[in-house]
Amino acid sequence: MNVAFIIPHSSFIIFQMDAFLTAVQVEYIFEDGPLHVLTDISLSVPAGAFVALVGPSGVGKSTLLRLIAGLLRPSAGQISIANHPAHQSPNPVGLVFQRDNLMPWRTVTENVRLPLELQGKNDPSARRRVQKMIDLVGLAGFEQNYPAQLSGGMAQRVALARALVHEPPLLLLDEPFGALDALTRERMGQELLRIWQAMPVTVFMVTHSISEAVLLADEVLVMGGDPGNGRPAAITHRIPIHLPRPRQFQMQSAAEFQRHAAAIRAAIQQ
Amino acid sequence: MVLVSFVGLLAGWHLLVTWGAYDRFILPGPVDVWRQLLIVGGDGRLLKHSLITISELLPGLGIGLLIAMPLGYLLAKSSLAERLLSPYLIASQAIPVIAIAPLLTIWVRSTYWARVLVAVLVVFFPILINIIAGLRAVPAELYELMHSLQATRRQIFTKLEIPAALPILLAGLKVGATLSVIGALVGEFVQPKSQGLGYLLVTARYQFKTDLVFVVLITLSAIALVMYGLVALLEKRLLRWQASK
Ligand SMILES: Nc1ncnc2c1ncn2[C@@H]1O[C@H](COP(=O)(O)OP(=O)(O)O)[C@@H](O)[C@H]1O
Ligand SMILES: [Mg+2]
Repeated sequence: MNVAFIIPHSSFIIFQMDAFLTAVQVEYIFEDGPLHVLTDISLSVPAGAFVALVGPSGVGKSTLLRLIAGLLRPSAGQISIANHPAHQSPNPVGLVFQRDNLMPWRTVTENVRLPLELQGKNDPSARRRVQKMIDLVGLAGFEQNYPAQLSGGMAQRVALARALVHEPPLLLLDEPFGALDALTRERMGQELLRIWQAMPVTVFMVTHSISEAVLLADEVLVMGGDPGNGRPAAITHRIPIHLPRPRQFQMQSAAEFQRHAAAIRAAIQQ
Repeated sequence: MVLVSFVGLLAGWHLLVTWGAYDRFILPGPVDVWRQLLIVGGDGRLLKHSLITISELLPGLGIGLLIAMPLGYLLAKSSLAERLLSPYLIASQAIPVIAIAPLLTIWVRSTYWARVLVAVLVVFFPILINIIAGLRAVPAELYELMHSLQATRRQIFTKLEIPAALPILLAGLKVGATLSVIGALVGEFVQPKSQGLGYLLVTARYQFKTDLVFVVLITLSAIALVMYGLVALLEKRLLRWQASK
């Protein structure tokens, strides 16, 4: 799973045997602008990989994430997850936003249970699964708490448990730790790695922290452009991260880490 | 605290009447009102008229709620419906209910239903506005979450929209519940046919029984308070999660 993989640096896609999430020459235009946000986006993410997407704000990262989640349809091109069009994926993706987006009227358990409830699952094995996820994110003992009684980091853990409870093949994260303080943020990154390693899930994460991207991902995609000023965004760089796993904070001072971070920073500023 | 202020109010009122230059037909004292309350309370008249008024305002509130809920949902979800209907709804609010109530009593032959209808008109708008505001306040990201989980429309309605809109809906219902008392009363003013607190109020005024007028006013306030309290109780039960903050 952690073998480095190489994706050709061109919009032409060579389909890999294990390509799990793919995008082929995707364009996206918001009709009400109209605003041409994304152009010629092609991706190929192997199953089980951890990919981070970075880029200036307003470039179109969330839009791409929404396309992958099937919440928006490409204006041209295709996105597929395990060979199904993204909006028809048989198994719903897991989604985590910057704000935890918990339902304030539901307890921790009830929030985590939501995806299973929507699938009509309420048998003992579903209940065990909910408890297992709560334990996995370290919130045992808080099952009956309401979101208003949780700290920001705890609430985001609940959101993570909710996103994973139905065993989605793909986890989409949109700046998931952006609203947390630096310490909590680092801890959550480590938690996410631990959970990713414990589950067969592919992760696609938008972040604006370069060091977070290097620390967590197998590959970092850099998005560039300025859709607001007539230059639709594209993926300009794909930077594989050749750092051994398991990864820890301490690696941040290593020369190898710094080299990767510098490469990404240079790519964003281009 | 409330008790202290209440006793203070009574004392002030009593002093005003005993030392002021007011005739008791103009401003009766608390003692006169109390005596009158015992009389109409004792012979069952107060209870009888109160029950009639309550039997008008409860269906008024219920029917108002039943009409406002689907209409509010439609207006919140469909911008076409909003563009088509909201000018009429807003314009209708410029007409005081007291002005159209006499018309309603011509159109609706039944005295009872005419009064109920006036109550419906009074409670309808504030409830409608709150339903729309409640639905608009549902965060877009929660809709996205539900869509990403392939929730059906029905699931979005029951598991997201209803609970998310409920706090604001209940706030509207509180206002509606107190207004329903006014609605029933206005209905009785224009249809003062031998029953209801409105009838009692009108006849008491004709007979210069100012103390009875006060008794009716106090009863009306008490009913409004109880209505408010009932919704507040419902709120406490339904929104237990809000107390957790
Ligand atoms: N619903 C929308 N309608 C029209 N334009 C939008 C909408 N959502 C986002 N945009 C525009 O699309 C561009 C990309 O937005 P977004 O994907 O949110 O960027 P990012 O997540 O990288 O900050 C921005 O210029 C934004 O203003
Ligand atoms: Mg964004």
